[in-house]
Amino acid sequence: MNNPPVIGVLALQGDVREHLIALAAADAVARPVRRPEELAEVDALVIPGGESTTMSKLAVLFGMLEPLRERVRAGMPVYGTCAGMIMLADKILDGREDQETLGGIEMIVRRNAFGRQNESFEAKIDFAGIDGGPVEGVFIRAPWVESVGASAEVLATYDGHTVAVRQGNVLATSFHPELTGDDRVHGYFVEMVRAGA
Amino acid sequence: MSTLPDTPQAPETGTARVKRGMAEQLKGGVIMDVVNAEQAKIAEDAGAVAVMALERVPADIRKDGGVARMSDPNMIEEIIDAVSIPVMAKSRIGHFVEAQVLQSLGVDYIDESEVLTPADEVNHSDKWAFTTPFVCGATNLGEALRRIAEGAAMIRSKGEAGTGNVVEAVRHLRQIKNEIAKLRGFDNHELYAAAKELRAPYELVKEVAELGKLPVVLFSAGGVATPADAALMRQLGAEGVFVGSGIFKSGDPAKRAAAIVKATTFYDDPKIIADASRNLGEAMVGINCDTLPEAERYANRGW
Repeated sequence: MNNPPVIGVLALQGDVREHLIALAAADAVARPVRRPEELAEVDALVIPGGESTTMSKLAVLFGMLEPLRERVRAGMPVYGTCAGMIMLADKILDGREDQETLGGIEMIVRRNAFGRQNESFEAKIDFAGIDGGPVEGVFIRAPWVESVGASAEVLATYDGHTVAVRQGNVLATSFHPELTGDDRVHGYFVEMVRAGA
Repeated sequence: MSTLPDTPQAPETGTARVKRGMAEQLKGGVIMDVVNAEQAKIAEDAGAVAVMALERVPADIRKDGGVARMSDPNMIEEIIDAVSIPVMAKSRIGHFVEAQVLQSLGVDYIDESEVLTPADEVNHSDKWAFTTPFVCGATNLGEALRRIAEGAAMIRSKGEAGTGNVVEAVRHLRQIKNEIAKLRGFDNHELYAAAKELRAPYELVKEVAELGKLPVVLFSAGGVATPADAALMRQLGAEGVFVGSGIFKSGDPAKRAAAIVKATTFYDDPKIIADASRNLGEAMVGINCDTLPEAERYANRGW
């Protein structure tokens, strides 16, 4: 058995705790990351759900944006949920003009595409590459993927919209597996990290 | 990859997971009171995770007196249109029609708030009946659990709104945290008695004893006026903060708002809090809570 990978959770804002728990359940060593020196110590990173405009602003303010972009460019495995998906897009629609992203997946993501909180919903989602039946999708003011580049692979759709994408080492979902107690998507990511190590 | 099966199931809205999950996304953030679109934009620019739309900030409600009610729908809609972050709005305690109106306007969270004049002195609104999630105030664990039993998907310690004095926020958060810590040490026999004493459902009491935390997100509110205040509440265990009068009743709201956001994220880093605290201009004046007459203590509203 290899040593478990060390996976950081970007802890500027959002549902960090739930990701730490889900990663630990998926046999990774999980720790929060707020500073460049903490980022340097992890093998991979999860960008949690939260408010993407706040997260982007804090990343700029605290000198995390460039170190994050560098690690993503260098091939660090990253998984983003909801706001995290927005952070991994190379282009966003309905965002703020000054909103920065990291890139990582060639995709255009529409922020709050599924609507406001009253439209937030749960549904079962078939997820290519994950066995054992559909995963539980919790969508909260969720984004969807408007279009993807040639090298990105669509892993799940809902109502005609792309809600899970992978490109190489980078994974993104519109929904929040960390809120469900079903750790299979985190397990899928941990396997990606192990395979890349 | 067009061969993937699309998922046809009907979406389920307004579930407990979706309501509570929304609050999970706000964690580590600052929710700011705003009274118009211009303030809402300042708040969003400063990095607020959400804004609370209301007609008068609590400090002005105190000053003006009279009955404080739900805000004008026009004003709430202007704020919804002005920003892309979530918008919350307040209903009076027990005024479920105000809550129905707020839900129809499409606000993202309803605060059944003691800052407004209560509409019912016995009953809070049945929050399970709504798709829109609710946040409610609490001064102790029993009160928090009664609100959760009624369907609240997020709790904030009450503090004393509109005073710029953090002392009551500290008292209420410590009270809630201490009571949770005490439950952790109880065996099954004792949990039944604890539920009776807390005047809360046994199942919820047991859940808290097992989790070591509330089953919903816990923020702090009522009296936060400085970056250090916000960091204090975070270090005491709040998962985020509401700031009411503290920002827009201060000398330089934009700067203070951004500073409170920074201190809330790096609540355990005194150097960053120090930097955030420099040259903020005047803080709101503040009121000493022990000079407040009983009738003007908002925290006593709700039960």
